[in-house]
Amino acid sequence: MRRRAAGLLLPAIAIVAGVAGREFLFREPSLAILLAIVTVAAALAGLSALSGGESLLARTASPVLFGLLLLWGWEMAVLGFHVPMVLLPAPSAIAAAFASHLPTLWRDFRQTYLHSVVIGYAIGCLSGFAVAIAIDRSPFLKRGLTPFATMMSAMPIVAVAPITVMWFGFGWPSKAAVVVLMTFFPMLVNTEAGLAEAGPMERELMQSYAAGYWPTLLRLRLPAALPLIFTALKLNSTLALIGAVVAEFFGTPVGGMGFRISTEAARMNLDMVWATITVAALAGSVSFGLIALIGRAATFWHPSNRPRAAH
Amino acid sequence: MAELAELSRARNDTAGNSEPGPAVIEADGVEVTFAGGTKALAGVSLCVHRGDFVSLIGPSGCGKTTMLRAVADLVQPNAGQLKVNGMKPEEARRQRTFGYVFQAPALLPWRTAKRNVTLPLELMGLKKAEREARAREYLGLVGLEEQARRFPWQLSGGMQQRVSIARALSFRPSLLLMDEPFGALDEITRDGLNLHLNALWRRTGMTVMFVTHSIPEAVFLSTRIVVMSARPGRVVEEISCNLQIARELEIRDSEEFLAVAQRVRAALRAGHSYD
Amino acid sequence: MTEKLTAPGRQPGALLPVLAVAAVLLVVWYAGAVLLNAPQAASLLPDAEHGNWWALARASWSMQRPVLPAPHQILVVLGKSIFGNPLDSPRNFLYHMAVTAEAAVAGLTLALVLGVALAVGIVHARTLDRSLMPWVIASQTVPILAIAPMVIVVLGNLGIRGLMPKAAIAGYLSFFPITVAMVTGLRAADPLQQDLMRTYNASGRQVFTRLSWPSSLSFLFPSLRVAVALAVVGAIVAELPTGAQAGLGARLLMGSYYGQVIDMWAALVLASVLAALGLVAVSGVERVVIHLRGGRL
Repeated sequence: MRRRAAGLLLPAIAIVAGVAGREFLFREPSLAILLAIVTVAAALAGLSALSGGESLLARTASPVLFGLLLLWGWEMAVLGFHVPMVLLPAPSAIAAAFASHLPTLWRDFRQTYLHSVVIGYAIGCLSGFAVAIAIDRSPFLKRGLTPFATMMSAMPIVAVAPITVMWFGFGWPSKAAVVVLMTFFPMLVNTEAGLAEAGPMERELMQSYAAGYWPTLLRLRLPAALPLIFTALKLNSTLALIGAVVAEFFGTPVGGMGFRISTEAARMNLDMVWATITVAALAGSVSFGLIALIGRAATFWHPSNRPRAAH
Repeated sequence: MAELAELSRARNDTAGNSEPGPAVIEADGVEVTFAGGTKALAGVSLCVHRGDFVSLIGPSGCGKTTMLRAVADLVQPNAGQLKVNGMKPEEARRQRTFGYVFQAPALLPWRTAKRNVTLPLELMGLKKAEREARAREYLGLVGLEEQARRFPWQLSGGMQQRVSIARALSFRPSLLLMDEPFGALDEITRDGLNLHLNALWRRTGMTVMFVTHSIPEAVFLSTRIVVMSARPGRVVEEISCNLQIARELEIRDSEEFLAVAQRVRAALRAGHSYD
Repeated sequence: MTEKLTAPGRQPGALLPVLAVAAVLLVVWYAGAVLLNAPQAASLLPDAEHGNWWALARASWSMQRPVLPAPHQILVVLGKSIFGNPLDSPRNFLYHMAVTAEAAVAGLTLALVLGVALAVGIVHARTLDRSLMPWVIASQTVPILAIAPMVIVVLGNLGIRGLMPKAAIAGYLSFFPITVAMVTGLRAADPLQQDLMRTYNASGRQVFTRLSWPSSLSFLFPSLRVAVALAVVGAIVAELPTGAQAGLGARLLMGSYYGQVIDMWAALVLASVLAALGLVAVSGVERVVIHLRGGRL
């Protein structure tokens, strides 16, 4: 009971002290320092108290509180030490830039995410999956292709960006091409590995039912492969975003998040740069989270997703 | 199905002395050698008739599972003749003549108990209504109607194995092949399942070929026990088991039971099982 | 699912299929080169040879600025650069490869130290587990590479140049797979063995060195392979923003600015070679460790 109260009270104290500390930073520096100490102490104690809690609220509150603490620390440090904007803008400045440049950010997002990322991701994952199934029937092809696929997935594929620009022009297709290349190989390798997951006994079961290749694939091997396939889908969602943004560093005179980052960085408008990064971070987290949720629903049966047995 | 019920009624009347039915499994000099050179079976000959409950018993590695898998066309013999229902095992498998129960339940974890039972039915293209009806029927037969919508990991080991038996029965094969199905379970669960299986066999009149390494289990369940030697496996002796058909657990302390068990043990010793 | 029978050791008979696939890939590449370069090549052919397919093909395979260079062209450029110049000259591709490798290795070392330390902290301190781990996972959904130019610029303004910022980027990219793998690995010890240690009244450190750490190695090595590839990517991308003159990324960028297409491809090939070398190194260390542990991780 006491722990619960502490878990609620301490974070609240930390937040209030933190906000107050920022307010008084320039007016009453000594008070601000006191409040800062209170904030940090309360936050750390709060985190410690929360770590004992098992509820969903306690579990979410921990990382949230930690994140807020980091943001607060960032803000105070930048303001307190008068860090110039060109070096590192304060979170409040970034929020302001975010609010005032919404249309530009949205346009860049559309260009990069909705075009390069989504289309590239879809094509890359689908073709990786299709090729894995195509070569599944031929162990010869599998043994021959897998080393190349592994090598290609190790290759810094973003370095291909200038070449795709040469081939597909400066628009989003060249970036989508990079995303396709980046997402193809993890999907291929993981689907292949996933297709091997079905146990020998289950396969013999299907054999005893005289089930042919396709029924066995559809009813046994593909469902058994889902955990690994979703691992690749999750990984690819982050790779796709990284690939598109970095590909844009290599040449996009039109727009897009990568373009925005590199040009605004060159102009030293770091608040705009960070605002774009925030958009990218949000987009990345949301996509990852969505895919993870779908994945968990589809692979509810996998031991890693079942409620953990009491030890 | 009616014909099988008729047979089971007939069997319940007599004490197992009736004419043997038509041959369901005929093996003559079956040999199996694995890729590394291990000879698993060295000339096994036996005959299983309709309505029989035949147990294969022997020490670990004697090839009894290999024999069962050969019948199921999961392994191909290198020599000798093997016929199932008069056909080659491959043909019998294609025609789905038999149900196979593995040592582990081998249930698909993403399907409920009911949908696991309907899996073979889906593969055979049965309509949904028919599939549901059969699932209900066979889950009921193994006493698991209440658990139809549970997932495998929510069921105990014994229950999972019962689901896998229901699954093997759902497409109504005339032959059931079982590979140490209760080996991984504790004795109490095992006793219960033995009773269940015996009752099932009496009701449906199926032919069963059962692999085990438990002497009491073999004697309790079977009409005939085939004792195999240590590797490479061959038949040491076939022992008839003419105990009364309706079996209760208590008969295991009876004199006839112990007599048969002793004969089995002697045969196992002769086959070097205890060396 | 029932247990798979996984045999330790390499895949048997992989040589023939790999060679076969490699041969097919080469053929496809050469054909592709003709396909993509033909329009340009055709215009450069003397009139007399128009309509001569073989002449067209040969011309497409020896263009100055091809859309798709032929493999031998890349090899020629690489050969001339590597063997025709002293090793410390910027004209030598190996020099650039070494620069990038330096940053990648430094970054990977950072990632290893940081990743393992973080994992140990997360596994042993509940507070860290609850508050930090979700951010570790979230950090991967942020396209860190996107910040690379900015981090370099900012650090540059602070007077930190050269190897450190590049190593920092490479390290940041590669620490995540290591951390996640180690967190899983340190917890992966068989519960029965954990109980055994308790009956011995083993101290925390003893449990760590004798049980948790050895159990985590089978998770560490696959993640190291991913981390190596990421470190190379990070090192390359980190070379972009500052107008760096050295390193494979810089060479790639210069090639694209000056239209030296074959140089771009050469840099790309060497980048892959670098990543492959890293993988080989990790596999080599893994093999030694496996040998020391008696055949299995």
